Amino acid sequence: MQQLTTIGLNHYLTISALLLGFGLFAVMTRKNAIVVLMGVELILNAANINFLAFSKYNGGMQGVMFALFVIVIAAAEAAIALAVVINIFKIFKSVDVSERDSLKE
Amino acid sequence: MFELPSGAEIQGIIASVKASVGFFIPEIYLSLLFMLLIVVDLVSRGKKNNLLSITTLVGLAGSLFFIHQQQSMQAGELFFGMYVLDEFALFFKYFFVLSGMLAVVVTMADEQFEREVKSMGEYYALVVSMVIGMVMMASAADLLMIFLSMELVSFTAYILTGYFKRNARSSEAALKYLVYGAVSSGLMLYGFSLVYGLTGQTNLIKIGAEIAAQGQAHSLVLTFASVMILAGFGYKIGAVPFHFWSPDVYEGAPTPVTAYLSVASKAAGFALLMRFLFVAIPQGSSPLSTPSGLNWITMLMVLSVASMIYGNVVALWQKNVKRLLAYSSIAHAGYLLLGVLVMGKFATQATLFYLLSYFLMNFGAFFVVILIANQTGSESLDDYRGLGKKMPLAGAALTVFLVSLVGLPPTLGFIGKLMLFSALLAKGSVYLWLALVGIMTSVISLYYYMLIPLNMFLRESKQNDGREMKSGLIAQSLMVVLMVLTLYFGLFFTPLSDFARYSSAMFGVILH
Repeated sequence: MQQLTTIGLNHYLTISALLLGFGLFAVMTRKNAIVVLMGVELILNAANINFLAFSKYNGGMQGVMFALFVIVIAAAEAAIALAVVINIFKIFKSVDVSERDSLKE
Repeated sequence: MFELPSGAEIQGIIASVKASVGFFIPEIYLSLLFMLLIVVDLVSRGKKNNLLSITTLVGLAGSLFFIHQQQSMQAGELFFGMYVLDEFALFFKYFFVLSGMLAVVVTMADEQFEREVKSMGEYYALVVSMVIGMVMMASAADLLMIFLSMELVSFTAYILTGYFKRNARSSEAALKYLVYGAVSSGLMLYGFSLVYGLTGQTNLIKIGAEIAAQGQAHSLVLTFASVMILAGFGYKIGAVPFHFWSPDVYEGAPTPVTAYLSVASKAAGFALLMRFLFVAIPQGSSPLSTPSGLNWITMLMVLSVASMIYGNVVALWQKNVKRLLAYSSIAHAGYLLLGVLVMGKFATQATLFYLLSYFLMNFGAFFVVILIANQTGSESLDDYRGLGKKMPLAGAALTVFLVSLVGLPPTLGFIGKLMLFSALLAKGSVYLWLALVGIMTSVISLYYYMLIPLNMFLRESKQNDGREMKSGLIAQSLMVVLMVLTLYFGLFFTPLSDFARYSSAMFGVILH
């Protein structure tokens, strides 16, 4: 019962592993570019949870600092990604990743 | 939870940052150049002239001076171990600034830009910002710094790839690059978080010490984390199985960007991989021994062999020259990995030397591809028929670059391959089979590289209008310079190999 009542490091790690799994699943199965990018955000946030949890239980501020930087980078990435996707939509009138296959041998 | 630092501590921190800034001048200078370019673009907007490109060239050349000044400085850590200045980092600073300059020159020669885009404003600023990112990648000594610099390079590379925004192929290439890049950097970040959890450190040197102290206790988690980190590095260097983006991106991107990515971005990935591997992973006394229970060498062997075989074999069927060179660059990532996994002083020297030779020959090959595309408007192998008669100089130059890419004497590529393979064999017979795979795949590569000169010189074009094709004088002379350098250093390679040997010293680790 002890394990269920107190929240420990393992709980955080499980959540982050699940998030990573969901993110990878979204990236691999979804065809809409926006949903793929959402999957990437899930992966980044899984890593963030890891950093914060380790920072809390190992001590040290590096993990917190790392997570802050990751949030900023994720925002920048979203800005660039959406610009590219909007451009794709203007040209092809669709954001389906699997339809974009004109570059092939 | 955390106590506020005292006044004296804050004073100490400020003093330390002030001391570090003196070792950070090239990066500050390049950042200023980046801002200057944006201002110059604003002022000169709408005018068709070379002001921007010339400013970029002169600015980048100016940074060489500051980098040269750093050669007399003592190697050491800056900014609380975030950043490192050593001979290894200096080598890559020169490398990236020079490749940025070549990218600018190659862009000036490419006529496709005039057709596709109205303004070149952001382009040169982005090239410079990518140089900054790569310079930081080569010096990064902390997981945070590695992540930040890598993302800076990736983001600018996405935008540069999609710079022809009305061009469907360029936009599609940008999307593919972005999706693969975002996923692999996300995985790498997850790997970093696991490493941080295991060691409680983000500095590479401290991580190395911590992993060595723990022994084999966490070998399974560590292996899992390294596979994820390898996904990020492998994506940057374009090695199998993280290569899926590279043929599409190389084909779709503007050709100068392709040349720039294939040389500089790959080299930055190798700089990072080498520093991470040598500094953060404890070394065994003999090859293949694993003090931390982490068999990184075997992973790199698999990557290297797969890249060499896959890149060289798939290139056999390519009909587009840019795509062919993309597969060849995958194969070259495999050869370079050979030098990384041996992990000695001589092997590091060989890897750096090979990067130098790859810089000259690959930029040269892409440059000729651009000059030919300027005349014919095509990169298809079939359209190269009979070009040898119309553009004899370009044909001769391309042949030299391709002979060098195969690794035949008397070119620079031959010396590069020779050094790599002898570094492998110097470790005894453990790596003999790797050297054999490398030599066999080089033989395969002879076929597809030589298809291009074959089409140019020995086959007649379908519609022969007999008109002479001439490129500009500056473009032709640059092509000749690159060709002569490839041949000259193939015969007199001592200065380059001495420079590579001098540069193989890395802070925080002693290579044998």
